[in-house]
Amino acid sequence: MNVTFTVNGEVQTVDISGPESLLSVLRNNLDLPGTKDACEQGECGSCTVTLDGEAVCSCLVMAADAQGTIVTTVEGLSSDDSLHPVQVAMLDAGAVQCGFCTPGIVVAGAHLLDENPHPTEVEIREALSGNICRCTGYGAILRAFEKLSAEES
Amino acid sequence: MTTDTSAGVRSGIGTSARRPDGEPKVSGNFAYASDLSSEDMLWGATRRSPHAHARMVNLDITPALAMSGVRAVLTQNDVPGEPLFGQEEQDQPVLCDGIARYWGEPVAIVAADDEETARRAAAAIIVEWEPLDPLDDPDEAADHGKVFREMRIRRGDEEAVGSVVVEGFYETATQDQAPLGPEAGFAIPDGLGGLDLYITSQWIHVDHRQIIACLDMEPDSIRCHPAGIGGAFGSREDISLHIHVAMLSLATGRVVKMVYDRSESFVGHVKRHPARMWYRHEADEDGNLVKVTARLVFDGGAYAHTSRAVLANAAFFTVGAYRCDNVVVDAAVSQTNNPPCGAMRGFGAVQTCFGSEMQMDRLAQALDMDPLELRRRNALAPGDPMATSGQIIQGSLPTIGVIDAVEAIPLPLPLTEDDPRLLPGGTGLTTPKSAVVRGVGYAVGIKNLAFSEGFDDFAEARVIMTAAGIEVHTAAMEVGQGLVTVCQQIARTVLGTDRVAVVWDDTSQIGSAGSTSASRQTQMTGGAVYEASIGLRDRLIADHGGDDLRDDGVYRNSERVATIAEICAGGPIEHHVQFRHPETFEPDENGQGDVHAGFVVAAHRAVVDVDPELGLVRVVRVDTAQDVGRALNPQAITGQLEGGIMQGMGLAVMEQLVVDGGVIKNPTFTDYLIPTFVDAPDVETRIIEEGDHWGPFGAKGIGESPTISSTPAIVAAISNAIGKNLTRVPVPPEDIIGNAATLKASPHS
Amino acid sequence: MEFTAAHDLEEALVAKAQQPDAQLLAGGTDLMVEVNLADHRPPKVISLRRVEELQEVLPDRIGAGATWARLERSQYRALAQAARTIGSPQIRAAGTIGGNVGTASPAGDGLPWIAAADADIVVQSAERGERIIPWSEFFVGVKRTSIQPDEVITGVAVPQDVPVAQEFAKVGARNAMVISTVSCVVMRGEDGYRVALGSVAPTPIRATRAEQMINAESTVSDAALDEFARIVSDEVTPITDHRSTEAYRRHAAGVLARRLVERTLA
Repeated sequence: MNVTFTVNGEVQTVDISGPESLLSVLRNNLDLPGTKDACEQGECGSCTVTLDGEAVCSCLVMAADAQGTIVTTVEGLSSDDSLHPVQVAMLDAGAVQCGFCTPGIVVAGAHLLDENPHPTEVEIREALSGNICRCTGYGAILRAFEKLSAEES
Repeated sequence: MTTDTSAGVRSGIGTSARRPDGEPKVSGNFAYASDLSSEDMLWGATRRSPHAHARMVNLDITPALAMSGVRAVLTQNDVPGEPLFGQEEQDQPVLCDGIARYWGEPVAIVAADDEETARRAAAAIIVEWEPLDPLDDPDEAADHGKVFREMRIRRGDEEAVGSVVVEGFYETATQDQAPLGPEAGFAIPDGLGGLDLYITSQWIHVDHRQIIACLDMEPDSIRCHPAGIGGAFGSREDISLHIHVAMLSLATGRVVKMVYDRSESFVGHVKRHPARMWYRHEADEDGNLVKVTARLVFDGGAYAHTSRAVLANAAFFTVGAYRCDNVVVDAAVSQTNNPPCGAMRGFGAVQTCFGSEMQMDRLAQALDMDPLELRRRNALAPGDPMATSGQIIQGSLPTIGVIDAVEAIPLPLPLTEDDPRLLPGGTGLTTPKSAVVRGVGYAVGIKNLAFSEGFDDFAEARVIMTAAGIEVHTAAMEVGQGLVTVCQQIARTVLGTDRVAVVWDDTSQIGSAGSTSASRQTQMTGGAVYEASIGLRDRLIADHGGDDLRDDGVYRNSERVATIAEICAGGPIEHHVQFRHPETFEPDENGQGDVHAGFVVAAHRAVVDVDPELGLVRVVRVDTAQDVGRALNPQAITGQLEGGIMQGMGLAVMEQLVVDGGVIKNPTFTDYLIPTFVDAPDVETRIIEEGDHWGPFGAKGIGESPTISSTPAIVAAISNAIGKNLTRVPVPPEDIIGNAATLKASPHS
Repeated sequence: MEFTAAHDLEEALVAKAQQPDAQLLAGGTDLMVEVNLADHRPPKVISLRRVEELQEVLPDRIGAGATWARLERSQYRALAQAARTIGSPQIRAAGTIGGNVGTASPAGDGLPWIAAADADIVVQSAERGERIIPWSEFFVGVKRTSIQPDEVITGVAVPQDVPVAQEFAKVGARNAMVISTVSCVVMRGEDGYRVALGSVAPTPIRATRAEQMINAESTVSDAALDEFARIVSDEVTPITDHRSTEAYRRHAAGVLARRLVERTLA
């Protein structure tokens, strides 16, 4: 079956035959490997995308069910000439080590700031509680978002 | 020559220079090995043993071969060269040789047109087993001589006696490195019978050695390339899918990709050794250590991997960062049918630091002495002999310095808010503020730097000046820790220019950089880059009659005498170095000798809020003071300290692979729990810069220290909160509750 | 795979009647884990994501399609508390109460509230229309319900007399994305306390002996609470598994129940 949805502003149609996840389609069919597959169980957040305005785990979205939806991946947050403020803040804070969790955190964090431009520390932590990082211990990531939170929108 | 950041160099040593791979990583463009892809590639899959110990009585691959889209199905019979591989000892079959010795041991591999077909085909292979009893008790295995190594350390007077004696038995669980990036391999045939391999690794040269032996191929016909890696922490130090993906590619003549999903990853790499440790500490009335006796049993699982070295590390740090003239240690690492164990950040020192720091607290109690005062009194310093090996400490070792520095960090304020996110149990709303008791605990840890016991440990680097800038060539593995940045910074400072790029060479282009482990790369690859940069600088200055090298050329008396273009007129100029650390030696039959290349020390302090009735813990703060030698990149250091603390915290309160009869019961992120953002404590860090006796600018490796003494500090804090000694990690709620009946719940103050 | 994206309830019911063996897909937070990890290949799937009738949330009827993110703002205090602990923000944005009910895990975080509220599960089929099933008759075993193959869960019917004073707590081995070790809901109404627990039996349960005991007390003294907690511990039937032990679950059940009674009194 053909499934058509919008990814990073572009309409895409893919041929789906089974229950494969949106994550799998993004990575394997649409050449968007930025979204990661660290657990494929919804337990790590590395596959976070926004879908119809919500931050969700793309490993838990059946691609066939994404018909007509609007999806943004990490690749959609930056352009050729500029990075999203969340991406800049993460780099400045030293919040990227191996970077495998980074796309998920960038998407979830950007979504948080869209909904709540000035979150407190506990709000940042709770909003990102679905994103596991094994390298940084979360400190630098927290500092990145606290800095963004303190900035005027 | 300048040792500080040269005038004009903005991002040299001592700055928090940005990592060069940061932009691709934040924008989703970084090529991890698991992201590599090509149009016509095949996918690989693995069939594994469902038993911890079993004899394979029938293996029939025809159902898999018969499936449409399947291009190869291989078993141990198809291994062209050495049937066994292994880093220290070649004892593990590439594929099951007729006996499965651990749950999940690979039996057969499949290459197919797509991932699903490969998995289905692997599942369709017929394997019949005769289950055998698994040997899952490391003590029983040791009693029967099934050990990878036994060690004996005897120093001083075995008969010495202290007037104050404390004994304890301690256990640490099996911890998993759980890097977010999965095992991944990408094999590309070169059309000449050879392969280019891109594999998640910590040491491509040692992988390469094993791969060519098993494939019976010439060294240059297989090139192992550094590939993008999502974390390692020891899990990538040993072979996982390397030989498999290479075999499939050779058998099919096609590009093959192989990636483990999370559950397979749990099975597919080595773990931290679980340990059982019995200790007796004896001191005089003033608190001076008189004798430490210990018996250690580590469970190495089915194959040797790096167990010999892990045991040595554990044994040599049995006493910790303290002087003691009489030491008796008997240690063994057993061979069982449990999941194979190997390297994980801390490498044996984690386990014995837990045991010995718990002991030091018990000793302090018995002496009615402040736990920090006891540690200061016995602290190891340069010039002292290491308690276990007798090696005289060279270089820096600010043991008292790190204790003082961490103690001086202001404690966090008492809990005043009712926000559940700040209480044990979090939004689970389990715990009223009135039920909380706060505790504080300290621990000190010591670790060796680089490889030991006479291992020929070296790192190669080649630094090249081109017209466009400096290239640093290395085969070292960047696993996220920031080695890439440090290499740039070192070259920048020495060569007087910011224009430095790191180029990852494969195994055919440069010699080994050694392992990304043992906290060694900053000193080893960094040391090689430093010396190669110095060599290049000296040569350019000499060749052009100058006295200084700057961003735009060679200078004499502050006047430029040669431009970069002129220098490179005849082509790029390079200098290559193979860097070695001070020599180490095998210990004698009593464990004595100059076993280690250097040492690093750290102290941690933990503050925890405990709900004693439910046995729940919130780790409020973990502070640390770290011996760094020289801070080459302060922000990167903080990242290592904070990240390592989180892994130490995981072992302290939540991480445990539950193994029953050799079978892992929780091989998923659902049930192998690592700390999330709402579990993470705040962290304050202090660094002590006392230059070491080798390595670039006196810098020390700091990657492992943060996971070593963080665990016992947290346990000591819980113990302080509930007034009870604890003996195992992760601390189960039951161990905390045990005292609840007699504990008067103190109002939180 | 045959995939039907239902656009309204009738379409969903007709499809389910025609394909009784089809799997229903709402948030995907349970089904897709099976697909990804267990190589589960459902031959037929009916998606409920677009069925607006299931999204409606009223005081007496919570639509099955209401996500946990939405239910974090529920007027029902303990349900909102439970919602906040489910999975992660990403899971809550997708997972639904209908899914939690349909999966019927012993550890389902939304289920103790349903038991304490004495709510009914509303199911519907094309052939027989609506069927209202008391929760205790709906949950029949570990991941087993009394739903018929042609039925779809449409909502949770909440009785009018649900007490306002209600509290939830859940013990887990970490503070996010954790399967509960023990969970509990206590409600204090005019006719007494209701005590429901999860993860201590094959289904959510009410601690009826403990309720009888505490409701017979004229005042809730410390001694009464001690006894109450002891009975709760005794009444539950938890198991030992890789997450926790029977003994700890019994102990924690008693502690939580006691603390929640105290919270409803505060």
